[in-house]
Amino acid sequence: MKQLLSFVRKEFYHILRDKTTILILLLMPIIQIILFGFALTTEVKDTRVAVLIPQSDEITTKLVERIHASSYFDVVNTIQSSYEIQKTFRDSQAKLVLVFENDFAAKLKHDGIAHIQLIADATDPNAATSFTFYVSNIIASYQQDMIGTMKNPYQITPEVKMLYNPQMIGAFNFVPGVLGMILILICAMMTSIAIVREKEKGTMEILLVSPMRPIYTILAKITPYFVLSCINFLTIIILSVFVLKVPIAGSFFTLVIISMLYIFVALALGLLISTLTESQVAAMLISGMALMIPVMLLSGMIFPIENMPLPLQIFSNVIPARWYISAVKLVMIQGLGFSAIIKEMLVLSFMAITLIVISLKKFKVRLE
Amino acid sequence: MVKCIDLHKSYGQTIALQGVSFEVNAGEIFGIIGPDGAGKTTLFRILTTLILANQGSATVNGFDVVKDYREIRKCVGYMPGRFSLYQDLTVEENLEFFATVFNTTVEENYELIKDIYQQIEPFKKRRAGKLSGGMKQKLALSCALIHKPTVLFLDEPTTGVDPVSRKEFWGMLKKLKAQGITILVSTPYMDEASLCDRIALIQKGKFLSIDTPLNIVNQYKNQLWAVRSMNMSKLLNDLRSNKSFENCFAFGDSHHVSIENKKLEIKTLEEYLLKCGHTDIEITEIQPTIEDCFMEISKDTTL
Repeated sequence: MKQLLSFVRKEFYHILRDKTTILILLLMPIIQIILFGFALTTEVKDTRVAVLIPQSDEITTKLVERIHASSYFDVVNTIQSSYEIQKTFRDSQAKLVLVFENDFAAKLKHDGIAHIQLIADATDPNAATSFTFYVSNIIASYQQDMIGTMKNPYQITPEVKMLYNPQMIGAFNFVPGVLGMILILICAMMTSIAIVREKEKGTMEILLVSPMRPIYTILAKITPYFVLSCINFLTIIILSVFVLKVPIAGSFFTLVIISMLYIFVALALGLLISTLTESQVAAMLISGMALMIPVMLLSGMIFPIENMPLPLQIFSNVIPARWYISAVKLVMIQGLGFSAIIKEMLVLSFMAITLIVISLKKFKVRLE
Repeated sequence: MVKCIDLHKSYGQTIALQGVSFEVNAGEIFGIIGPDGAGKTTLFRILTTLILANQGSATVNGFDVVKDYREIRKCVGYMPGRFSLYQDLTVEENLEFFATVFNTTVEENYELIKDIYQQIEPFKKRRAGKLSGGMKQKLALSCALIHKPTVLFLDEPTTGVDPVSRKEFWGMLKKLKAQGITILVSTPYMDEASLCDRIALIQKGKFLSIDTPLNIVNQYKNQLWAVRSMNMSKLLNDLRSNKSFENCFAFGDSHHVSIENKKLEIKTLEEYLLKCGHTDIEITEIQPTIEDCFMEISKDTTL
């Protein structure tokens, strides 16, 4: 026990004395959360809209007012002719142009139907879809309000509700993603590098020629990174709750449990990588290539798994982050209880046990 | 204390050891002398249970290096050729860490390392990476000794260390020997051989000879001349181009020519060199050193 404690203390010295690394490790989650939260946002907020109104009347004015009043859109420009539409997009004056029909109010009153054309800049197709969808919703709600004054009481307006993320806030999607990525990055990459460094620097030679059990070496290497991961986990949670306003809908305790399990899987992965590589660079490349990229692309963090080709969907099952992110979404966003994530828990536990067994078997008690 | 029988080891195509057998007695300093790449480190790693031999067996302290590797790891001290302590830890932290790794404390065995550690104690708050070569080596030795090992394995401890520190280091080994510790030490420096109780000359994975330094020197049958002239490089060529003197090696400030006993006179060589146009010729008969013996033996067993 004393051996282990002294070894753990030594590991903390290593980490704390390498100022650059510790700074990167502690700042990385903060920077990522802020980047994803404010810069790389996909949510609809203050989108610039231009309107083309041939004859301004009571209804068009009210509609435009309503759209402008919503937090989603800013009506920034009123254009005079359809020739200006192209120019508006090309100069990036607006992302969306609303074109009202001639005699809009009159047509609505007499025929009961009038048209608005929504023209969106679809260079970002997802965003364009959201814009048109949002505007349609605003128009529909306006229609709903008008029912009393109209002669058509049976008019039905479809109402679409966005479950769990009514504002389609990007943070709801990426907070679990960032958690999944940061934890695997720090645990797996840093643990593997820490163990391989002993091999590379030759200190492993001395450690092996000592009564120290390999399991102590492993435990001592894992402990500091486990602590670091917990700090990172808390940082991300605090930032997302207080800065990004993503509430923890479910139980915090369940979230902690599943996160601990995931951290355990990641540490085991790091251990495995360290037994397979001989140099720090190799360990870094393997964790970078084999962990980072699949975690980002195949975990459902960026691309929905359901939209992937079947082989990739099957492959995504072996990526721990996929299960973790799914579980975090269920608990943190949808507020479901422990019973909802039993499948994820089982898969992650299975992965953890398998990885630990393999890496302990592979851990060399000699140099070759 | 240490016993090897017919050890073989190869890394793929490269043969590191080809049939090494020897025995080290308790309480002696046993030197393994040979050039770089002769197989010294491989031998040490087999004995310290770090790698497995392809063939042959070895015991340390009566424990088999394969079967009882755990026991061996408890009782030996090992100082690898490369400085292998934690550079970002201070002198003190390194020593304390290794003490706990070996289930002991610095205080418990302080007597053993006192002489060595006292020299670096003024720098105990300094990071190991910032020490000079000689101090690093003293720290490494202190760390290898902290658990009072019965057998000490030192792989090229004096490589890259200045002559004064080297001399000091051998002085320390003598003291450790007096405490009853068996020491296996490897070195590429032939001049250190005479400081060992017994030495083994190793080349290309084979032991050429195992004996006391004195016996090895005494077994040298030929007569040896140190030859100098104004033009040393031409001298070497001229000597080697003559059949009678071709056993010639460059040794620092002179060339050593070995001649089968009583076969030739110094005069003959002098006349030959004068004919070649050398001036300031100086030829003296000298006593062989271990290095001369090594050259002679390694030539005989043309590998």
